[in-house]
Amino acid sequence: MASIDREQVVHLGRLARLELSESEVAHYTEQLDQILSAIAAISEVAAEDIPPTSHPIPMTNVFRDDIPTPGLDRSVVAEGAPAWEDDRFLVPRILDEPA
Amino acid sequence: MTSTAFDHVMTEFEPVIGLETHIELGTHTKMFCGCSTEFGGDPNTHVCPVCLGLPGSMPAVNRTAVESTIRMGLALSCSIAPWSRFARKNYFYPDMPKNYQISQYDEPLCINGFLDVTVITEDGPKVFRVEIERVHMEEDTGKLTHGGGAGRIHGATHSLVDYNRAGIPLIEVVTKPISGTGSLAPEVAKAYVAELRELMRALGVSDVRMEEGSLRCDVNVSLSRPGQSWGTRTETKNVNSLRSVERAVRTEMVRQAERLRNGDRIIQETRHFNEETGNTTSGRSKEQAEDYRYFPEPDLIPVAPSEEWVNELRTTLPEIPSVRRARLQQVWDISDFDMASVVNAGALDLIEQTIDSGVSEQAARKWWMGEFSRIANERGCDLVDLPVQPLDIRQVESLIASGDLTDKLARSVFEGVIAGEGSVAEVISLRELKVVSDDSSLIAAIDQALSDQPDIAEKIKSGKIQASGAIVGAVMKATKGQADAAKVRALLLEQLGVSE
Repeated sequence: MASIDREQVVHLGRLARLELSESEVAHYTEQLDQILSAIAAISEVAAEDIPPTSHPIPMTNVFRDDIPTPGLDRSVVAEGAPAWEDDRFLVPRILDEPA
Repeated sequence: MTSTAFDHVMTEFEPVIGLETHIELGTHTKMFCGCSTEFGGDPNTHVCPVCLGLPGSMPAVNRTAVESTIRMGLALSCSIAPWSRFARKNYFYPDMPKNYQISQYDEPLCINGFLDVTVITEDGPKVFRVEIERVHMEEDTGKLTHGGGAGRIHGATHSLVDYNRAGIPLIEVVTKPISGTGSLAPEVAKAYVAELRELMRALGVSDVRMEEGSLRCDVNVSLSRPGQSWGTRTETKNVNSLRSVERAVRTEMVRQAERLRNGDRIIQETRHFNEETGNTTSGRSKEQAEDYRYFPEPDLIPVAPSEEWVNELRTTLPEIPSVRRARLQQVWDISDFDMASVVNAGALDLIEQTIDSGVSEQAARKWWMGEFSRIANERGCDLVDLPVQPLDIRQVESLIASGDLTDKLARSVFEGVIAGEGSVAEVISLRELKVVSDDSSLIAAIDQALSDQPDIAEKIKSGKIQASGAIVGAVMKATKGQADAAKVRALLLEQLGVSE
């Protein structure tokens, strides 16, 4: 069964700010459809009385005390950045507003 | 925009508003890591693998942030969910290095509360109950600076990101749609945010420094014709001051009314508020919730507050601000209008502290709402920023009571204290501000004045007591205003053997 269509892939591409060509859209639609179909197999075994699991371990309320701990040295942070300027991460220009 | 344009809206439409308010909590560390939340650090110095979203790092929830959120929920009369989860909100924007923000979606920590807010109208104060949909926890995002194109997004060639703010605990308080406010919608929105801020401060969960952007509001507005279903809403993002909240609602109401009258439809969209012009401009069409592909955060286990824990936190709640204001207004015995002025001036705490330090209610209000408000106004600062303490007022008031200072001299003392000339005692000695109460020196000054103006002396002797003003004035001038005028007058009449 087709679980994703071309329009949805175009929409996802837009959300991800990816410029997709027609052939890429077709290619990804096919790939994503295969992935989703494979995952959909799970719903064949999951009965309605089984709640979805988000956490395999039955545990709640694990907290950290509000006590500061040292972070990373900025030189180390800068090393991990693809581009760096004026003590900040340099990123490509943003065409749109934050989500 | 004229008020007429706004009045015109109300002839045809009813507004429905909704507010989403994000407030940074005052914790020492971030929501999911131990990085400092201190404001103003050098860029990217309060960061670690967790808040930089580095592979393999795992978030851990700040207990104090959870407690603050529960306390806020309780203060808003919310139900505290016995089971609550974090969720990932996925989006593509570099203000979060993970490509998602950890937030809460369908299982918020607090739901269904309310906050009563008071708006002063021509017919006296009016209370509106603002219903709260939810209070949830999330993390703040990093700060972007747009390079090139004069710091604006349009024309920018690149952006620079500082992640110090990324991961700072936020609570988001979401109202249910607020209807029935009519033309008071802008004022209700403003009063609601002000009340929320007071509540956060009273709880000690945040000091809400709006000038540092620690409170941000998204303002939803829609219009409908009476009796018809609600119209399409717009969401104006990042409105960052009380005044702006009011303006954003007002301008958006006027804009929407104009469109509707012209037969245009309202597009559901995000809009931006321009602080300078007070106008809103179109942003992108709003992404749908499904675009964020929320799903339960697998790296964090659920928060399930026990009844005992919630009850324990309930005992830590202070008197809520509206209750406190009502109590103080009654104790001080002042009108709704005077109380509103005190609150608007930010003088409530200061007056209360001054009274607690032993100053009379009247004197405390007189100084803060009179002289100090005037000086703060001149300086363009808040009352709380003036370098004058409740104990200074107490000291000056006791000197007035003992006759060592007059009201006029006291004003000069405070002028000196606020100008940074020193303590009350230092200013008094520096400016030589002491009432001349020594009778013999006052009598000498009176004699001098009488001999300077013999005609006036005669008039007084002949019973024209009102003429004594000229002599009293001369004595006050001779003593540089440091005498008690009433006392000078009494001594003068005694000296001339005239009785009233």
